[in-house]
Amino acid sequence: MNVLKSAWRRPTRFAWVALPALLLVAVAACTGDSATYPQSTLIPKGDFAEMVDKLFMTTVWWALAVFILVEGVLIYAIWKFRGRPGDAEPSQIHGNTALEIVWTIIPAAILAFIAVPTVRTIWRTSEDPGRDALVVEVIGHQWWFEFRYPEYGIVTANELRVPLNRKVDLRLTTKDVIHSFWVPQFAGKRDMIARHTNHFWFSAADTGIYSGQCAEFCGMQHGRMGFHVVSTDSAGFAAWVTAQKTPMVDSTMARDTLYQAGKTAFMAAGCIGCHAMTGQPTANLVDLQGPNLSHVGLRHHLVAGMLQNNDEDLARWLRDPQAVKVGSAMKLPRPLTEGEITALVHYLRSHR
Amino acid sequence: MSTAHESTGIKSWLTTVDHKRIGILYGASAFVFFLIGGLEALMIRWQLHAPEQTFLSPDKYNQLFTMHGTTMIFLGIMPLSAMFFNYMIPLQIGARDVAFPRLNAFSYWTFLLGGLLLNASFLFNAAPNAGWFGYANLTSKQYSPGLNTDFWVAGLQILGVASLAAAVNFTVTILNLRASGMKMLRLPVFTWMSLITQILLLLSFPIITVALIMLMYDRFFGTSFFSPGGGGDPLLWQHLFWLFGHPEVYILILPAFGIISEILPVFSRKPLFGYTAMVFSGCFIAFLGFGVWSHHMFAVGMGPVADTVFSLMTMLIAVPTGVKIFNWIGTVWGGSLQMKTPMYFALGFIAMFIIGGLSGVMHSVAPADLQQTDSYFVVAHFHYVMFGGSIFSLVAGGYYWWPKMFGRVLDETLGKVHFWMMLIGFNLTFFPMHFLGLNGMPRRVYTYAAGLGFETDNLIATIGAFTIASSFAVFLWNVIKTSRRPADAPADPWNGATLEWSIPSPPQHFNFAELPTVDSRDAWWAAKRKMGGFAPEPKHYPEDAVHMPNPSWWPLVTASGILIFFIGLILGVVVPVMLLGGAVLLTGIYRWAFEPAFS
Amino acid sequence: MAHDAVLHPPTSTGLDNRKLAIWTFIGSECLFFATLISTYVVYKGQSLNGPYPHEDWTNPATGKVMERVFSIPLVTFGTAVLLFSSFFVVLALNGLQRGKQKQFIGWLSATVVCGLFFIGMQVYEFTHFVTEKGLGFTTNLFGSSFFTLTGFHGTHVSIGVLWLATLLYLGLRGKMGPEKALNLEIAALYWHFVDVVWIVIFPVVYLMK
Repeated sequence: MNVLKSAWRRPTRFAWVALPALLLVAVAACTGDSATYPQSTLIPKGDFAEMVDKLFMTTVWWALAVFILVEGVLIYAIWKFRGRPGDAEPSQIHGNTALEIVWTIIPAAILAFIAVPTVRTIWRTSEDPGRDALVVEVIGHQWWFEFRYPEYGIVTANELRVPLNRKVDLRLTTKDVIHSFWVPQFAGKRDMIARHTNHFWFSAADTGIYSGQCAEFCGMQHGRMGFHVVSTDSAGFAAWVTAQKTPMVDSTMARDTLYQAGKTAFMAAGCIGCHAMTGQPTANLVDLQGPNLSHVGLRHHLVAGMLQNNDEDLARWLRDPQAVKVGSAMKLPRPLTEGEITALVHYLRSHR
Repeated sequence: MSTAHESTGIKSWLTTVDHKRIGILYGASAFVFFLIGGLEALMIRWQLHAPEQTFLSPDKYNQLFTMHGTTMIFLGIMPLSAMFFNYMIPLQIGARDVAFPRLNAFSYWTFLLGGLLLNASFLFNAAPNAGWFGYANLTSKQYSPGLNTDFWVAGLQILGVASLAAAVNFTVTILNLRASGMKMLRLPVFTWMSLITQILLLLSFPIITVALIMLMYDRFFGTSFFSPGGGGDPLLWQHLFWLFGHPEVYILILPAFGIISEILPVFSRKPLFGYTAMVFSGCFIAFLGFGVWSHHMFAVGMGPVADTVFSLMTMLIAVPTGVKIFNWIGTVWGGSLQMKTPMYFALGFIAMFIIGGLSGVMHSVAPADLQQTDSYFVVAHFHYVMFGGSIFSLVAGGYYWWPKMFGRVLDETLGKVHFWMMLIGFNLTFFPMHFLGLNGMPRRVYTYAAGLGFETDNLIATIGAFTIASSFAVFLWNVIKTSRRPADAPADPWNGATLEWSIPSPPQHFNFAELPTVDSRDAWWAAKRKMGGFAPEPKHYPEDAVHMPNPSWWPLVTASGILIFFIGLILGVVVPVMLLGGAVLLTGIYRWAFEPAFS
Repeated sequence: MAHDAVLHPPTSTGLDNRKLAIWTFIGSECLFFATLISTYVVYKGQSLNGPYPHEDWTNPATGKVMERVFSIPLVTFGTAVLLFSSFFVVLALNGLQRGKQKQFIGWLSATVVCGLFFIGMQVYEFTHFVTEKGLGFTTNLFGSSFFTLTGFHGTHVSIGVLWLATLLYLGLRGKMGPEKALNLEIAALYWHFVDVVWIVIFPVVYLMK
C-alpha cells in the first residue's frame, strides 16, 4: 500500500506503477471470439494449432510470472532505494557468488519446464500425417496460391476445400519466389521454396471458411496474397469433388446467349492464354501462368482472397485489374468492352 | 596537400583524425539517419493506422519498410554505438587516441558515403524494396529487375568495409592502449562489451560480405548461386544471412548493455554488481550468438532434429541474459539512486528489455514460433529489444555523456519529459503489436482488410509512433536550448567512476596531458577516494602540450574510391568508372601509407 | 612505410599495434574464406550440367563429350611454388632483421617471383578452363563457385605481391633498414595466411572427389 500512496504523491513514481498495470490489463483484453478475430492463432480450430496454442500458453504463464516478479522487484528497488539529499555513501558491494549461482540456476530450471513440452511438440507436429490423409500440392505464385488434389485430379486456386477431421497432407513448393503457407487457426507457417518440396499438415476440427495469408515477403503484392480454407463435412466435400469433376455441359447452356458470348470472349479476349478453364481448349492444361478458373463460381472469393465472388467485384476486376491490384500478372492483352465484361462475368460465375 | 593543424572550419573536419571529432561526426550523421528512419516509420504507421489505406502505393511501402530496417540497423543504432566507441573508449582506457587514427577517419567516411549512397536511391524512386534481409530468390534479377536491390547490395558492401575497418581498429585499441595497470578485468564494462562487439563484427561481417558478393554475381553476371533455375538454393542465402544476422543482433545490443552497466553504478553510487559475471555473460551471449542462426528459419522446414537443437540453444541464451538483468537490479539494490535523466532511461531500459527478453523465449519455442514468425508478434519482440533495449540505452548514454562531449549538461526537466513521452509512446506503439501478431496479422503487408480485428491495435500503434516522434522533438528542443547556454559543465558532473570524468569537459585534443595509472576497477572513483573523496577541477594545459598526429585527406580520398567503384557497379558494371574508383582507392592507400603521421 | 606512430608508451599486450591489427584482420579473413569454401563444398555435385571437375560428361542433347576439368600436376607445382615463397619471405625477413641487405633483397625478390608465377599459373589455368574445357563463370554452379573461390584467393595473392613488391622497391632504393623489419614482418604474416588458405583450398577443391 505504501507503494501506491507514495506513488500518488509523486506523479512520476505513479507511472512506474501504472505502466506494468496497464500491460496486465492489455493481456487480459486479449481474449476474443472468432467473429472478431477470424485469423487469430489464439482461437485454434484444428489439432495442430491447438497443440501449438497450448504450448504457447504454457510459456505465456511462465513469462507472466517472471515478468511480474522481476519488474516488481525492479520497481520496488527503485522506490525503496531512491536517493535523498544527504544520503551517506551506500555500502560498496561488488557482488555475491551464491546469488550469481542461484540466479543462473533458477532461469535454467524454468527453461527446462518450457523445453520439455517444446521438444515433445516439435516431434508431434513433425509426425507423418499417414496414408489416409488427403494429399494436396500447394504451389505458390506471385501472388496467389494454387492447390492440386492428385487423388482427384483437381486443380484449383486460392480456396482450399478440406473435409472435416481428416488430416490434410500438404506438399508445398513455389513457381517463383519464396512464399509461406499460413492459416493461423489451423497451423503455423511453412515456407514454399523453389526446388524444395516442403511437408506440413493440419486437420480441421470445425466447418467454416477460414482465412489464410502468405507469410513470407514475396514482392510488391505480398500484402494481397491471401486465400481461404473451406472445411465441410465429408458429404459436402464429396459433393464439391463431384462438382469440380463434372464439366459444364454445353448443350444445357446452348440457349443462354450471354453464356455463349462469355465463352467466346474468353477465347477472343485472350483469357485463354493464361487460364485453364473447363469447356475450353485449356481445360486440362497445367502450368499456365494464371489460376485455373474451372468452376470458379463455386469459390467464395476472387483475386487471392481480395474480392468477394459477386458480379460487381468480378466486373471491377475485369475492367481494370491493375487498378485493383497493381503489379498483378493479370495484364489484359486489350481492354475489354462492357459487353464482354458482362458476358465473362456471367460465363465464369455460371461454372459452379 | 597541406596538413597543418587547424581547429576550425570545414577542412579541419574533413581531415580530422581526432577520435573525439570522429565520434561527434558519427553521432551527428547517425542521428540524421535515425530521424530519416523514424520518418519512414511514421509513413509506415500512417499507412497502417486503418484498413485499406492508399497513402502509400504497395511499392513505396515496400521501399519504406526495407529502408526503415536497413537504416535503423546499419545507419542508426550501429553508428550511434560507434559514436560512443569513438569518443569514450580511448577516454575510458586512458589513451590519447585510437590505435589507428587515420583508419578511424576512413571508417567514418566510408560509413557516411555508404549511407548516402543507400539513401540516394530515393532520388531515383529505386530505394531497396526486398526487405533488409533481402531473401533470395526475390532479390534475383528476374524478380527484382530494378536498381533497388543494386543500391542495397552496394550500400551494404560499403558499410561492411567501414565496420570491419573500425572493428580492427577498436580491437587493437582496447587490447593495446590500456592505461598502465588497467588489466582486462579492470576495463570499464562499456569498453568490455564494445570489445566483444568488435569481435562479433570481425567474425560475422565477412560472411555477409561473401553472400553479397555472390548475390552481386548473380545479378550482374548471371551466375546461379541463389537462383533455383541454375541449380542454386535460395536457402543458402538464408543460412549465410542469419549466420551474420544473429550475431548482428548482439552487435546492436551489447554496446547498450555496456552503457547501462556504466550508468547504473554511477547513479546508484555503488559499483556494478557482479562485474565478472557481467563480462563473462557478455562473452557467453556472443559465443552462443553464432549457434542459433536457424531459429530465424523454423518455418523453412528443417526437420525436428534441427528444430530441437536450435530451440534449446536459443533458450540457453536466456540464462546469461537473465544473469545480466539480475546483476543490474543487484546494482540498484541497496544504492542511493540519483534520479537524473540518464538513470531514468537506464531503468526504463531494464523494464523494457525484460519484456523483449521474455517474448524472445516465446520465439525460441519452435512450434509456437511457427505461428509467431513473420507476424507482428516478432515485430513487437525485436522492437522491445532494439528500441526498448538499444535505443533507450543509447539515449541514456547520450544524456550521460553529453556534458563530457559538449561541455553542457542537458536540461533535466525536458529530459524527463522526453523519457516519459518516449516510454509511453514506445509501449503504445509496440505492445499492441503482440496482439496483432497473435491475432494473425503478417508483417510486411502494405495494408490489411477490414474485419480481421486489426483496426484498434493498429490505430493505437500509430498514435504511439507519433508520440515517440514528439518525444524526440522534445530532445531536439533540449539540445538547442542547452547549446545556447555557456559551456560550463564541470569535468565530473555525475561523480563518475571511470577515467573520462577525470579530464575537462570537453576534453582537450590530447585527452590526457599525463597518462593515468590504474590499480583497480572504477579507476576514477578509486582515485577520488585517495584524494579524500573529491577531486578539484582538472587544469587545462596548452594545446600543444602533447604532440598529436597530423590531419589527413587520404582517408576521405580512399573512402571516395570505394564509393566510385560501387557507383560504377550500380550503373551496370561500367568498367571505366570502376577502374577510376580502383585508381582513387589505390592512390589514397599509397599516399596514406607514405604520408608521415606526425610532422 | 609510415604508420600512425606511438601515441602511447609500450603497448598493453607488448605486441606492436600493427602486428595485432594484422592478426585481427587475418581472423576476420578466416571467416571470409570459410564462407567461400563452404559454398563451394555445399554446391559440390549440384551442377545441373557439365563440365565437371573430376569426371567426363556427355551432353545428352548434343552427344558431345566434355572432359574433366582439373589437371592436378600443374596446380600441384603452383602449390609447391607458393609454399616455397612462404619460406623465402622468412629468409628475407631474417636478412632484413640482421641487416644483411643482399639476403633481404634476394629472397624478397624470389618471393615476389614465386607470387607472380602463381598468379601466372592461375591466369593460364583460368584461360585454359574457359577456352579448352568449356567451363565459364556462368556455365554451372561448379564454374561459378570454383572461379569465385580461387579468384578471391588469386586476388589476395595479387595484393600480397603488390605489397611485397612495394617493400622490395623501397629496399632497392635503400629505404629498408633493420628498423623497418616490422613492415616486412606484417606483410609476411599476411603472405603466410594467403598460403595457408591455399593449403586448405588445394585438397578441398582439387583433390577431394
